[in-house]
Amino acid sequence: MPGTVLTITSGKGGVGKTTATANIAAALASRGEKVVCLDADIGLRNLDLVLGLENRIVYDLVDVVEGRCRLRQAMIRDKRLPNLFLIPAAQTRDKTAVSPTDMVQLCNELRQDYDWVLIDSPAGIERGFRNAIAPADQVLVVTNPEVSAVRDADRIIGLIEAEEKGPARLLLNRLNPALVREGNMLDAEDVLELLAIDLLGVVPEDESVVVSANRGTPVALDANSRAGLAFRNIARRLLGEDVPLMPLEDSGGLLQRLGRLFGKGD
Amino acid sequence: MEKPVSSSRPKVAIKGIRDGLLVTVDDAGAWEDAQEALLEAIGSQAEFFQGARVALDVGTRPLKAAQMGKLRDLLGDFGITLWAVVSESPKTQETARSLGMATRLSRPAPAPRRPAPSPAGEEALLVHRTLRSGMRIAFPGHVVVIGNVHPGAEIVAGGNIVVWGRLRGVAHAGADGNESAVVCALDLSPTQLRIAGRVATAPPRRGRPAPEMASVKDGQVVAEPWDGK
Repeated sequence: MPGTVLTITSGKGGVGKTTATANIAAALASRGEKVVCLDADIGLRNLDLVLGLENRIVYDLVDVVEGRCRLRQAMIRDKRLPNLFLIPAAQTRDKTAVSPTDMVQLCNELRQDYDWVLIDSPAGIERGFRNAIAPADQVLVVTNPEVSAVRDADRIIGLIEAEEKGPARLLLNRLNPALVREGNMLDAEDVLELLAIDLLGVVPEDESVVVSANRGTPVALDANSRAGLAFRNIARRLLGEDVPLMPLEDSGGLLQRLGRLFGKGD
Repeated sequence: MEKPVSSSRPKVAIKGIRDGLLVTVDDAGAWEDAQEALLEAIGSQAEFFQGARVALDVGTRPLKAAQMGKLRDLLGDFGITLWAVVSESPKTQETARSLGMATRLSRPAPAPRRPAPSPAGEEALLVHRTLRSGMRIAFPGHVVVIGNVHPGAEIVAGGNIVVWGRLRGVAHAGADGNESAVVCALDLSPTQLRIAGRVATAPPRRGRPAPEMASVKDGQVVAEPWDGK
């Protein structure tokens, strides 16, 4: 059975597309799926860093498209997960080095041998976005609980519909439970009401994401991280499992919960 | 004799217009053949087309977004910007608009005529979908939306605007100066509301949303609960 091409996109930059791509890929691979990540952010590549594979890049996406190497040669195998691969973006070129047609052809080839092809889309709504969306079977829109990110997500969802790639699903990233509780941040319900699409998962704000990204070790592989658990749950949902949304904070002891009930705060 | 082979290959004509080049594809044959003929015509003069702004006239062909998007990408590979698709097919026009392309070659002068009211009703555009940020609907008559209008979306109508849903974007009714135009919505919470030349913003909502109608009264845009009278 040919694999699934999943494009991860957002409109706005800095909401966590690359982190989400790396972690969903790692979580899928650790469940035995054959996964290849494709960094479509030509000229601003990052996915190799987050996966800790930068120093092993020899060939990149543009080399493949322009015929300077075979597809296999540009694929970097992850050092921890033997069935996880990365095709890095070129750093010295720009988005016009690749066309949507190239991306479709490339993904059709990858689809034959892999269960999942995850495409890390660049920010924006121009050529880079269209490159990333052209081969997609499924689209995941990443947003943060901030009005500007949600507005851009709405725009991108409309464009995905216009390209007949919908319906997209939503990943709400960096939700801060404490701020939501105080009423100072949009919660998942607010965002879903604004965007009116299906939710694939909510990832809580978690310092361990930053630490692990800097180390090049996806947080999804960290058994103790709550964000890691959220990404593992998202991977399970992609595989068709019915996994309930996890509670956003450690429920703490009974006393603490009672304290909260009586408005004492903690 | 066997099934006649369709020898009538779609014909492609190219001419210069004020806004770049106009490429016309006639109605003969399947779209795939037309696309092939078009790409062939362009490929044979690739240098001439490099960097060109092209408008495409597809006659009566109904094109889906996937087909039009693909063609735009294929033309993009030649360094061509497809900025407009002209067609008599409403489906194709809608597709072009949804992909952010123009459907007319030049801006028509704003129609000063008010469609005369007739017992048969007046001309309206029915939009049965959610309007998301960045989408714009402009129509000289009335506009009826079944669905929500998100912040960042915009509706401009010569006549009235009716939203069967939540209106949170920008709505401009009576855009060519008709102060008797109204805007109705099940939940009237626009970012900004304009009727003719008057501009208003909605106050923060208190309580449960209820259907409302906005109109111009004594030179002010006012919203009143819809009571069906």
